[in-house]
Amino acid sequence: MTKQLMSRRKLLKNGGVMIISFSFAGPVAKTFAQRPANPPFVPDPLDYLDPRELDSWLAVMQDGSVTVFTGKVDLGTGIETALAQIAADELDVPFEKVRMKMGDTAKTVDQGRTAGSNTIQGAGPQLRQAAAAGRLELLKMASTRLGAPVEKLTVTDGVVSIVDSPSKKVSYGDLLGGKRFNIKVTATGVQGGLKVAPEVTAKNYKDYKVVGQPIRRVDLAQKLTAEYVYTPDFKVPGMLHGRVVRPSNVLSTKPPEVDESSIKQIPGIVKLVREGSFVGIVAETEWAAVQAASQLKIKWADPQTKMPAGREAVDAYLRKSPTPESANVAAMAKDAESAFARASKTLEASYHWPFQNHGMMGPSCAIADVQGDKVTIWTGAQGPFTTRDRVASMLKLPKRNVDVRWVESSGCYGRLTADDAAEDAVLLSRAVGKPVRVQWTRADEHVWEPKGPQQLFDMKAALDANGNIAVWDSTQWTFPWTEAQGTPQLGERQSGLNFADPDASGGGGGGGGAAPMYDVALKPGRGAVAPWPQDDPTPLRTGPLRSPGEPARVWAVESFMDELAAAAGADPVQYRLRHLKSNKRMTEALVAAAEKAAWKERPSPAPPTSDNIAVGRGVGAAVWRGTTIPVAIAEVEVNKTTGHVRVTRVTMAHDCGLIVNPDGLLMQIDGNIMQGVSRALLEETRYDASGVKTVDWMSYPVLRFREIPEVQTVLINRPEIASSGGAECSVVVVPAAVANAVFDAIGVRIREIPLTPERVLHALKSESTVSQRL
Amino acid sequence: MAEFTLKVNGKARKVDVDPSTPLLYVLRNDLDLRGPRFGCGLAQCGACSVIMEGNAIRSCVTPVSAAVNKNITTLEGLGTVAKPHPLQAAFIEEQAAQCGFCMNGMIINAKVFLDKNPHPTDQQIKDALDPILCRCGSHVRVIRAIKRAAGVKA
Repeated sequence: MTKQLMSRRKLLKNGGVMIISFSFAGPVAKTFAQRPANPPFVPDPLDYLDPRELDSWLAVMQDGSVTVFTGKVDLGTGIETALAQIAADELDVPFEKVRMKMGDTAKTVDQGRTAGSNTIQGAGPQLRQAAAAGRLELLKMASTRLGAPVEKLTVTDGVVSIVDSPSKKVSYGDLLGGKRFNIKVTATGVQGGLKVAPEVTAKNYKDYKVVGQPIRRVDLAQKLTAEYVYTPDFKVPGMLHGRVVRPSNVLSTKPPEVDESSIKQIPGIVKLVREGSFVGIVAETEWAAVQAASQLKIKWADPQTKMPAGREAVDAYLRKSPTPESANVAAMAKDAESAFARASKTLEASYHWPFQNHGMMGPSCAIADVQGDKVTIWTGAQGPFTTRDRVASMLKLPKRNVDVRWVESSGCYGRLTADDAAEDAVLLSRAVGKPVRVQWTRADEHVWEPKGPQQLFDMKAALDANGNIAVWDSTQWTFPWTEAQGTPQLGERQSGLNFADPDASGGGGGGGGAAPMYDVALKPGRGAVAPWPQDDPTPLRTGPLRSPGEPARVWAVESFMDELAAAAGADPVQYRLRHLKSNKRMTEALVAAAEKAAWKERPSPAPPTSDNIAVGRGVGAAVWRGTTIPVAIAEVEVNKTTGHVRVTRVTMAHDCGLIVNPDGLLMQIDGNIMQGVSRALLEETRYDASGVKTVDWMSYPVLRFREIPEVQTVLINRPEIASSGGAECSVVVVPAAVANAVFDAIGVRIREIPLTPERVLHALKSESTVSQRL
Repeated sequence: MAEFTLKVNGKARKVDVDPSTPLLYVLRNDLDLRGPRFGCGLAQCGACSVIMEGNAIRSCVTPVSAAVNKNITTLEGLGTVAKPHPLQAAFIEEQAAQCGFCMNGMIINAKVFLDKNPHPTDQQIKDALDPILCRCGSHVRVIRAIKRAAGVKA
């Protein structure tokens, strides 16, 4: 087993190049990324728009409107609107006069992938500083034009005037309209770490006028009238239609047996494309491509999966992977041991979280046009620059030869940090010399999208004589969370063009451990990231799924916190507050949620009821990656005959510092609540040795209208604190709150997700499995 | 291949396609319409919905040959940004979308539902839209928008 475990770490030989494919071991990391240390990245100026040119960020038109350029993209979360608010605010132009140009590798600065709720917190300050530099430059021009020093000038709606004589004025359009700034600003670092124009002082938050307003989304009217163009709507002259055929299990580079005569009768087939194990069809019409893909006779030569079949076997596999001990765990080992020995009560529990799908409503789609050594790609990728770099690496082209133009796709929740469809389109276009649009089927998407990983947690804690937590020991086992991100995609690997890429970014993640946020003196925590049992990609490969790893971790921590509260005979909210004295923001959010939900103080579980419907409430809280604080309170009804759990209401308190657009934030929180309830009650990627079994919306159900909870939200705005993430953060507390509410209702703890009727009925029939010793 | 005349959004449109082609691909690729979307091709999600003779149908599993001489309305046929249908106006007013990919199905099915039941309860709206999937979680706002359009006090 050890040999197998190590297989991904050893040096692999591929195409004559020695590469290190993966690194998983190492100390418990606080941060979420864990990957090999690459040499510092130095951007080639021919491949990247220069962030030191002010014109890379802003263009002022003759009518005074402003185009703001950003390498970020909008995944349906509304950042196009929010970033425009930030720019309009700093430039003193009306919001309606700001347009965003997003995610074009030739026309925008690489600000890193749009992922991890990092746009407002990372790209927001970058754009604000660029806008501040632009405003200052426009003021200098106005100073010359109006004959007054910059300090005597003021700007209203893009018109500069002299403070004491407002009739003397000139507009941004008149000052610069249509011309370039042609000035340099300071820019250091790359991508998310880029610091732009630190020499310029931006506005104080007290002077924000557009930021903080619930401005309507700039895209929705078009989207709701079909005037908007999504990726699948994008058309290129002469475009052909492509489909790719894949098995439902492991992929290798070994070519399958393909019977080309099986699709001969379909009119309009342009080419059957084969490269390694990559098989695709290009056709004149989409329907011909669809028919050919389903009728093509193909015998896969794939290796057998080494993935243990089924979730119990995978749990056993996870447990066998080494758990690295960090220095601080070793240092507190003795104290922890004696705390357990002194304890008046010790609790232990294990929690299991399944593989889950992202489940984009629109399956992957991309269009590519390969002409000689030039490639153009239209895709909904979260990282247009990542897609560009991957394709350049695959085709051994300079990056500048690959132009990726982002076009919004279906909401993707992390799935499009991998961009398999773009590579598929490139491989097909390259084979026919014409632009090709590739559309994945529903089954392609359900089977081959990178998954959120199965995770396991062991918790052990001891209470002192007062019922307070003296020691909390935690271990987390997981697969890496973001394997498919930035690493060679399916087509690239199948074709043999790149099986692995030593310079690939991303591709690691996980293993952050499961130490609670609470005030506990001793919190030894370990995190193990298990390597895959084989190098060939399987449908269980992972990608960041809306707050990677966190819903599982918070569910495990917060479930166990509830078990400790119950053991101490304390109210779950009060018990948390007892252990949060050092965190004022967290305390305020907890109190706000409890007040809004009219939380009644009592220990869990609720007194037993003879009614068939048992009612319960539960809380879940977290500090998301050290910044945003979400607190959820869920109310549930459990049908004791059918085992059906209905979440009737979720109350969310949310503190992410300064709120840029409160309506946009409310929208995101609604979405996090629905996804969180869905993942807690319904979602599990099922698989066995023959492959993934959840291939559509029937076998992988998600939350529907009849089951949605009522929602109420408390936004805690802290204008003096820099904005942190708002897109994915609140999903992390929802499964915890739901699970704790189910325990409150039925008095039995279920330590597996999803909370299916079968599991509820099983729990009701059996005793609690928690091992308690007094 | 065969020629068909389709009546889409009040206009007769001629297409020359394989008769087995699902209506969805004809609307999207031959008639350049964007409202109906490919979500599953299995009639499981509702993203491809169009109105045919007053009923909401799944165009991804309806062969084009079954749509001949039937009045078809797509999201484009309801209204535009400049002149939205009252339902679209209500969705805009409530900002009832995130990525918006599923909203064709929401609005098309809500239109047919409201035509038959102009003053629905919340539960009736949920029942009517239960087959239509949304992954971003805009359900609460969708219900509000439909109630607004129906003139029911929210």
